Amino acid sequence: MNNSHTLKGRLSLFIWIVIIAALVSAPSILPVFRLNLLGRYLSLAIVALGVDLIWGFTGLLSLGQGIFFALGGYCAAMYLQLNSSGDFPNGIPEFFGLYGVNKLPFFWEPFHSSLFTIIAIWLIPAAVAALLGFLVFRNRIKGVYFSILTQAALLVFFNFFNGQQKLINGTNGLKTDVTFLFGQLVGSESVQRWFFWVTALLVIFAWCFSKWVVRGLFGNVLIGIRDDEPRIRFTGYNPTLFKTIIFAIAGGLAGISGALYTVQSGIVSPQFMTVPFSIEMVIWVAVGGRGTLLGAIIGAVCINYAKSLISEALPASWMFIQGGLFILVVTALPEGVLGWIQGNGPRNLLSRLGISRYSTTYPKVEIDQTQEIEL
Amino acid sequence: MQLIIESLFNSVAIGSVLLIAALGLAIVFGLMGVINLAHGELMMVGAYSTYVIQLIFKLPILKPFYDIYVLVAIVVAFIVSGVVGILLERTVIRRLYGSPLETLLATWGVSLILQQFVRSVPLAYATGFVVTIFISLLFSTFTPKKLFQGSRGKLIKAGALSTSAVAGVLTAGLLASLVSKLSRASARNVDVTAPAWMRGGIDLFGMTFPKTRLLIIFITIISVIAVSFFLNKSVWGVRIRAVTQNREMSECLGISTENVDLITFGIGSGLAGIAGVAVSLLGSVGPNVGVNYIVGCFMVVVLGGVGNLLGTVIASFSIGLLTDIIGSGRLLTIWPNMPHQLASTVDFFSTTSMARVMVFALIVAFLQYRPAGLFPQKGRMMES
Repeated sequence: MNNSHTLKGRLSLFIWIVIIAALVSAPSILPVFRLNLLGRYLSLAIVALGVDLIWGFTGLLSLGQGIFFALGGYCAAMYLQLNSSGDFPNGIPEFFGLYGVNKLPFFWEPFHSSLFTIIAIWLIPAAVAALLGFLVFRNRIKGVYFSILTQAALLVFFNFFNGQQKLINGTNGLKTDVTFLFGQLVGSESVQRWFFWVTALLVIFAWCFSKWVVRGLFGNVLIGIRDDEPRIRFTGYNPTLFKTIIFAIAGGLAGISGALYTVQSGIVSPQFMTVPFSIEMVIWVAVGGRGTLLGAIIGAVCINYAKSLISEALPASWMFIQGGLFILVVTALPEGVLGWIQGNGPRNLLSRLGISRYSTTYPKVEIDQTQEIEL
Repeated sequence: MQLIIESLFNSVAIGSVLLIAALGLAIVFGLMGVINLAHGELMMVGAYSTYVIQLIFKLPILKPFYDIYVLVAIVVAFIVSGVVGILLERTVIRRLYGSPLETLLATWGVSLILQQFVRSVPLAYATGFVVTIFISLLFSTFTPKKLFQGSRGKLIKAGALSTSAVAGVLTAGLLASLVSKLSRASARNVDVTAPAWMRGGIDLFGMTFPKTRLLIIFITIISVIAVSFFLNKSVWGVRIRAVTQNREMSECLGISTENVDLITFGIGSGLAGIAGVAVSLLGSVGPNVGVNYIVGCFMVVVLGGVGNLLGTVIASFSIGLLTDIIGSGRLLTIWPNMPHQLASTVDFFSTTSMARVMVFALIVAFLQYRPAGLFPQKGRMMES
């Protein structure tokens, strides 16, 4: 047991060294365009961490994380638009003029303040998630019902944001790349480089935070809810509370992720709330390995990078590959790549091929399961 | 009076499209607890089959029968979508029983593949593919099992498979050479034109009712009656209901749940195909045609509760009614001098997309009061 534990520790350490080395060297190696893409995908890793928390650890499959992602993005974009609209008529963002709006809608007002924005980016999505989650969990709605309801909620938010031209520029979205932050053009190269560093730091911070959340009693209750919810309830815990909290945390992470993604892609629009995008978030986690926080990061970055490379080369084939990935990962590799490596997958494969004589025995399996929880 | 009739007709029209689309989904969900995210794409398959049938009926030989192509399309769409559904069940869903969330993800993958499939494969070849599977399914169902056993079994099996493959290739070649539109892949939307007798409307009570809408309502009524008859009177219907109520117990009593799953999934998919015919009559047909309806169907299933046809019917019509009343701002016409604050709220929600927002809010509010839908299944399981 000790042996395999140190082996896994080394594996984890090795992956971290690779990740940090890649992050440090990326700005000097990659051209600006690719670096910007990498920064975007790193910000997506944060929302994937949230998905891993609610799906991998708590067993709640949310198909509506795009709501919280977009809310965070809108918060950031509203601040940037307000901050650089001094020269426009009435001192409000330019697009309002197109729809004949002369007065700033009331909910825009607080976004003049940068402190408020920094809090709002994670607090507003978390609050919306907590409210939605509480209403659903309170009635013990779970499983596929929960998934469907989150998907419907996503569509509702999409319709709302898509239709309200006079409030938030509707389907056109809010642009951020021509706005100014501390007197600098947001779309400029130097600012984008800064955003890359901020994103990289926040990914590591979000990982530490998630790790801290799933550690100890709280994390054990989450895993208990995933594996046998009635039993947790009978033991005296209140699953509704735990589920609401973790759903809110995931929502907050999604908000941060959305804000970072917005400033790096230059626009936030209702397209962030389309159904396919939210389901894609789930597949990043599934491929990386659910229940392994590191897997979520790796999955989000690798799949998105592969997506951009493949769709540049063969545009039509990406849908086939993605569809195949969905089917393949749930039927053949349910624990994901990282889970497979950590769960003695390579050794089992070798022994099945007849190269290694090692085979898993039952007590071994049990030991590994306890370790998976610790990891 | 006229207003009430108009409102009722509109809500029935919206509700019947929802109902026909959700019917198959509700049966499958009730039986297997599986949410099929590819249901919208099965509708798309039905809509495209309507398109193909329409083009075939434009050929000189079949031109005299062009007027009845819609009726043929209903049968064909049922079969084609059913075949695709059975293929889906056999290859993917069967492996994932007992893990509904994984099934949901896998069916999403299937829906992506189906969408891209109709974009990048010419419809003639797609038709040939379906024909191949259909004929090989016929072989495996209707020939005695004994034939496939023994020394010559493999030979017969190979013969059956190659026959169906040849039939598929011939169909594809024939279609591609006869109808040039089917021989090229296209991502563009296509249009299904209704035959002359279905265009226009019927005048009644000083109002005009579009005939296509009436036909869809008619198709829906027939389908619901047929499904309820099948579920309540036929042997397989009894088995399906038994498995819906208690899977383990039915298995103990000797019901082959595997076959029940297969048949139910096939019928559910076939109903999606019929819904596809209805949808194709309403607007143009494209790879994304199913996506617009699928979430509405889920809402029907959530609101209606599991394993109850009546719940599905009531749920879809009430969603239709609410969408119409809110979306058209009819409350303002009925009650012109309502307080200003209320009037502006009603006005704010009186678009199709904002009506969806409102309907969803109402459904969530309703679920606070009845979490398991209109007609919850009675049972003493801890989970329910």
